[in-house]
Amino acid sequence: MQRNSFYNRDIVSIKDIDKQDLERVFSYTDKLRNFTPNEKTELGRGRVLGSVFYEPSTRTRMSFEAAMASLGGSSLGISDPKSSSIEKGESLADTIRIMDLYSDIVVLRHPLDGSSRFACELSRNPVINGGSGSEEHPTQAMLDLYTIIKEKRRIDGLNIGMIGDLKYGRTVYSLLYGLSYYDVKIHLISPVSLKIRMESLYEVKNKLRIQEHTTLEDILPKLDIIYVTRIQRERFPDLQEYENVKGSYVIDIEVLKKAKSDVSIMHPMPRMDEISQSVDNTTNAIYFKQAAYGKDLRAALLALILNENIS
Amino acid sequence: MSDASQLLVRRIKDGTVIDHIEAGKALVVLRIIDITGKDGNVITVALNVPSNKHVKKDIVKVENRFLLKYETDKLALIAPRATINIIRDYKLVEKRKIQLPDSIIGIFRCPNLKCISNSEEDIRPILDIVDKQRIILECRYCARTLTINDLVS
Ligand SMILES: [Zn+2]
Repeated sequence: MQRNSFYNRDIVSIKDIDKQDLERVFSYTDKLRNFTPNEKTELGRGRVLGSVFYEPSTRTRMSFEAAMASLGGSSLGISDPKSSSIEKGESLADTIRIMDLYSDIVVLRHPLDGSSRFACELSRNPVINGGSGSEEHPTQAMLDLYTIIKEKRRIDGLNIGMIGDLKYGRTVYSLLYGLSYYDVKIHLISPVSLKIRMESLYEVKNKLRIQEHTTLEDILPKLDIIYVTRIQRERFPDLQEYENVKGSYVIDIEVLKKAKSDVSIMHPMPRMDEISQSVDNTTNAIYFKQAAYGKDLRAALLALILNENIS
Repeated sequence: MSDASQLLVRRIKDGTVIDHIEAGKALVVLRIIDITGKDGNVITVALNVPSNKHVKKDIVKVENRFLLKYETDKLALIAPRATINIIRDYKLVEKRKIQLPDSIIGIFRCPNLKCISNSEEDIRPILDIVDKQRIILECRYCARTLTINDLVS
């Protein structure tokens, strides 16, 4: 059997992953979802996932650990920077080297851009970027794309709206790179001060059809998907300005009434008040499913990295 | 070297002549290769010298210093057409063109302040030249796309 292209591979950036790779992960995720628990635990028994989280992200960490557990493996990690050696001034380099000794795969979450690339240079074992800097979160982009495929049966031809803080939302950049492999129309909806940094889309600008908007209203009836991100108060120097804009980017039942009946609402989570809880029980809300698909996709990815002869 | 430039700038006995610098860039060249004049050697800078090849050029002559390849490599981005002439006893003993390397290691910092290469970690900044025609670079770590203006300002 041919060796799978993810075996022993670092996952640093969505830019390193081509469409064929994506489809390979998606099809293996489909396959894995049909495995019995016993079949799954064949894939990671005795293997260890080491998570090094310099930012608190319970969501991402739990997703990876649940994925590893489903494969019969175990996890260990540093998740509270304040109480660990990280706070005592140990370098990232040393932390990675040590974690590399104790585990088979390292997942790193770090506030600085390029931290995962650096970690790869130090680690013998594969490194997965669990979110770094302001623009990279490759596994989130993969699970977002997978969710769209599962829920919409396709990606090509969709009108996809992304709303909220597009400037600082790292999931948005990674997802846009992922979407550049598909024929979609992108609508970016944000306050002017939180518009996407177009220069960060340098490589894909010409492949994506992007329209920018400051309000949701006009474009709402066209959208097949609304990808919601949180607008954080800290991003606004002026509290009044924050109060003025935040309400305009909230998804609630009233918004759904004006949207396509089958519009899907996505969110990388954790969600605060940018999606009203009244939306949760509608068929439009797919953010919890998204989290479930996310665990399965990460399990598939871990399995592919750990096992040479599966596909 | 053209006759005009020989008239303008005196010949040197020993040292390095950096010729065919894009007009207006000579002072940046001095800064990049850290020529301050503090060592007391004569440094001659000529700006806007008429040239055959390009309309105008700058010339820098550094006496008693023989610039090494790794030093002139630093000029690849700001003076890619410059030629380096090493002079010993009034004779041209070595002439080299600057060639763009595939990557530039440890010379320029990534301008992205949030890049790991600007942190306290022990990392040498590496910029890969991804487009040699238009001179577009990419930080090996944060992957930010850069132009010369982002590095020299
Ligand atoms: Zn950088």
